[in-house]
Amino acid sequence: MNIKLKVWRQKSAKEKGKFVKYTLENASPEMSFLEMLDALNTKLILQGDDPVAFEHDCREGICGCCSLYINGRPHGPGEKTTTCELHMRSFKEGKTIVIEPWRSRGFPVLKDLIVDRHAFDKILIAGGFISNEAGTAQDANSILIRKDKADEAFDSAVCIGCAACVAACKNASAMLFVSAKVSQFALLQQGKVEAKQRVQAMVRKMDELGFGNCTNTYACEAECPKGISVTNIARMNREFFGARIGTQKS
Amino acid sequence: MSKMLRYSSLTKKYIMALAGFLLMVFLLIHLGINLFIIPFTENHQDIFRDGVHFMTTNPLIKIMEIFLFGGFLVHILIGIILQLRNWMARPVRYAKSNHSQGSFFSKYMIYTGVVILIFLIIHLGNFYFVKLGLTEAPEGMSRVADDHDFYNMAINLFSNKIYSGIYIVLFILMGFHLNHAFQSAFQSLGLNHSKYTPFIKAVGDFYSIVVPLGFILIPLYFIIYY
Repeated sequence: MNIKLKVWRQKSAKEKGKFVKYTLENASPEMSFLEMLDALNTKLILQGDDPVAFEHDCREGICGCCSLYINGRPHGPGEKTTTCELHMRSFKEGKTIVIEPWRSRGFPVLKDLIVDRHAFDKILIAGGFISNEAGTAQDANSILIRKDKADEAFDSAVCIGCAACVAACKNASAMLFVSAKVSQFALLQQGKVEAKQRVQAMVRKMDELGFGNCTNTYACEAECPKGISVTNIARMNREFFGARIGTQKS
Repeated sequence: MSKMLRYSSLTKKYIMALAGFLLMVFLLIHLGINLFIIPFTENHQDIFRDGVHFMTTNPLIKIMEIFLFGGFLVHILIGIILQLRNWMARPVRYAKSNHSQGSFFSKYMIYTGVVILIFLIIHLGNFYFVKLGLTEAPEGMSRVADDHDFYNMAINLFSNKIYSGIYIVLFILMGFHLNHAFQSAFQSLGLNHSKYTPFIKAVGDFYSIVVPLGFILIPLYFIIYY
């Protein structure tokens, strides 16, 4: 198939970017989206042009690196799919595919389609952990966890931090990501000790980094490649409310 | 105001939701009285006047009025603050508009909200400011007993087809606003449960259709019968 592309090109964070049109002939419908970009880059390099910078790592949908906004949707068409799992058969020949980087104040563009997602690391550093004494691991059966709670916590923990939720949200809100991280700890015994401080610290950091507010549009849930539910956001709202009510004034 | 700006994003959402609930209850009471403008019972006019008398003179309602105005004020102010912050959160817009699935009406809350605010100001000018003595009642609208003649003032307005038309459009937009608002307020307060959320959404759909429809019936009656 012959592919028409409109790709965001930006030399560096400080320079202004623009869309550039490309065509790629004889691409296979079985190619993954990233393989198609590889083929485009090979063509550009052979022509002596600068290849398109895009982020990728595992290419099997678990690392959360491939962050492309394709035809108005993060990770392109398809349900619960990352960009690397997307194939060219999902697109119609002849129709231009528009590729943009994530757009958010929290994620400045570094080059072309690569954004700086350190903001998520900063949120995790603020509270996305449990404090544990190092040493020999204790017996697994010493902390009893209900199966349904363990399952729920796992459903939250499958978040790969790709930030499609921020990209999809009309307010560039990071609440689905933050709430998934808050939930995975809040649901388990090990996370309860620091739950009140955690949720407050993570929300404070999220606000500080300039992410928008949740208006319960739920585009995040619709676009999350791992199907993280907005019930996590409700849980974070409850956790935060309880924490604010229940902590002493500092 | 500056303290309000410093509230966390989640605290702002709680205040939005709680104020929204208060306004939704008020709207229901307001509709309950307004419906008696339509002559579906013989003594509808008396019931309407009794309702107005109660709402304008009862001391408990006067206390509630403070909360109501407070509710309106924080709902509007925080709504604007949240929206400005949300716009700032994406300084560079996408070239290809968003095709993600999501609550349709939530995308237009600020716009439907602004239209409701404009109408609210007009509405206050027509009725509440008359009560406060800030503006004069229209000519020929003498007092009935001790009260302003809000019944005839309302009829006077609804007999104007342009006003009635604007009123109908406004309440359709109000329905859009309420449809998202109802279930969203529960979610903001953390009340999302696999067992109860579908019921809450159904009640929200019902409320957002029935309440605006109730208000629309009044100008519709005047358009059809006058």
